[in-house]
Amino acid sequence: MSQANQKQPEHRLPSPVANPENKAFLEAAQKDELLIKYCNSCKESHYYPRTICPHCGSDDTTWVKSPGLGEIYSYTVMRRGVEVPFAMAYVKLQEGISMLTHLTNCDFDSIQVGQKVRVVFQETQDGQKTHLFEPI
Amino acid sequence: MSFAANKYDACIAGIYEHPLRVAPNHTVAQLHAEVARGALQDAGLTLDDVDGYFCAGDAPGMGPVSMADYLGLKKLTYLDSTDTGGSSYLTHVNHAARAIAAGQCKVALITLAGRPKSEGSSGTQVRSQWASAPDFAFEKPYSPAPLNTYAMCAMRHMYEFGTTSEQLAWIKVAASHHAQHNPNAALKDVLTVEDVLNSPMIADPLHRADCCVVTDSGGALVVVHPDIAKTLKKPVVTMMGAGETTKGQMGGKVDLTYSGLAWAAPLAFKEAKLTPEQIRYASIYDSFTITVLIQLEDLGFCKKGEGGKFVEGGQLISGKGKLAFNTDGGGLCNNHPANRGGMTKVIEAVRQLRGEAHPAVQVPNLEFALASGIGGALGTRHGASVLIMGRLQ
Repeated sequence: MSQANQKQPEHRLPSPVANPENKAFLEAAQKDELLIKYCNSCKESHYYPRTICPHCGSDDTTWVKSPGLGEIYSYTVMRRGVEVPFAMAYVKLQEGISMLTHLTNCDFDSIQVGQKVRVVFQETQDGQKTHLFEPI
Repeated sequence: MSFAANKYDACIAGIYEHPLRVAPNHTVAQLHAEVARGALQDAGLTLDDVDGYFCAGDAPGMGPVSMADYLGLKKLTYLDSTDTGGSSYLTHVNHAARAIAAGQCKVALITLAGRPKSEGSSGTQVRSQWASAPDFAFEKPYSPAPLNTYAMCAMRHMYEFGTTSEQLAWIKVAASHHAQHNPNAALKDVLTVEDVLNSPMIADPLHRADCCVVTDSGGALVVVHPDIAKTLKKPVVTMMGAGETTKGQMGGKVDLTYSGLAWAAPLAFKEAKLTPEQIRYASIYDSFTITVLIQLEDLGFCKKGEGGKFVEGGQLISGKGKLAFNTDGGGLCNNHPANRGGMTKVIEAVRQLRGEAHPAVQVPNLEFALASGIGGALGTRHGASVLIMGRLQ
């Protein structure tokens, strides 16, 4: 078991499957980098990433590296079911877009909406990395 | 094309709710057939009268193609398998009414059935998603289930508007007051706010009692041309207005405090030429207590953020509060067949308009009723559909 999994043994993250539209995003995560999509036409970021901007319809979209800083927009701690507890959240990045994620390296009973967080990367069940967030 | 009040361009003539809540010895197709027969019998029609058929993703096989053959429907001129999760069946009524008004069919059958209880879905397990969905890779690692995404809506609503767990609990309390009169209800015990708050926390801030029941079961509707409705023996329930839409994560501009009904409901009220103040009974989709609270705001029964105050103190209890809701016990206490509650929302609204609800919960002299649906997951993406119906005087 990897170091990352030892941090949160209670929940083994399922793995995403690569496709041509998400390949760059998933590969960046393996290098501990968070990429988001930015539209050169409407000057807005969007999430989840896609080739055609959902805000304006332009295909002039580009990957940019995000520092992965933001705040908790909302969260829940799943306490029943398989492999619980885990803390799911929407984190609103400084870029103005919210990402579905998990919160880690924190006390699940003291999470607050509005709390400042930063991205971290954790291995999934089969060793891919994916983004999570931890309180700053 | 629009429906005019009391002009009855299309009517709901048949309803049937399967009495079983656990059906280990039925097939899903069999349940569809039993509810189809029940709704047609209620209308005074037969399978041979049906020329329009509507079903969603719960139907086994190749949707309407498999089911029409199984049911023995031989005269179909109109098919629709729109799937927006639990809101599908409200959308089907809207589509059926417009197809009838356009002359595409005259007798439309809508069926729903499923067996999540017998097949072992607890309702708290992670529901499988479609690997081909474009958002799949960005959600799969985080195990979104319907429950935890709705829980995030509740958490944000509490943060922005000060909504409390006690206020959410009042929604379940009202549903339980109604369910005590329904012999088929999965949960018949009358609950208190304390009972809800003392039930186990499942996904903060939602308790077990904030959740709907998981049931096998099903239901069906028959929507007909007014010329046919006139010949039937049941009170005529007419379509007056409808609205439907979807809402998702909007490119990352996530706002969990409202549903797609904020857009769809004004369309329905405009078409019906009614206002929320004129609605005394509403079937509100109730997968979770927070689902009801957000819809009450989006439907215009109160201002955004004031849903908590609106439901306090039993205001949703029929005969006691200002708006009677889900008088069959709803998804929270009675039935949430196949994890898709839209069908039963329409059925109870029609019962109310006909005067066929249980006497203890029947709203007297009811002219208009509303039914709303949220399908999918409120916190990620959902279909939103609303119907406004009237009783022809």
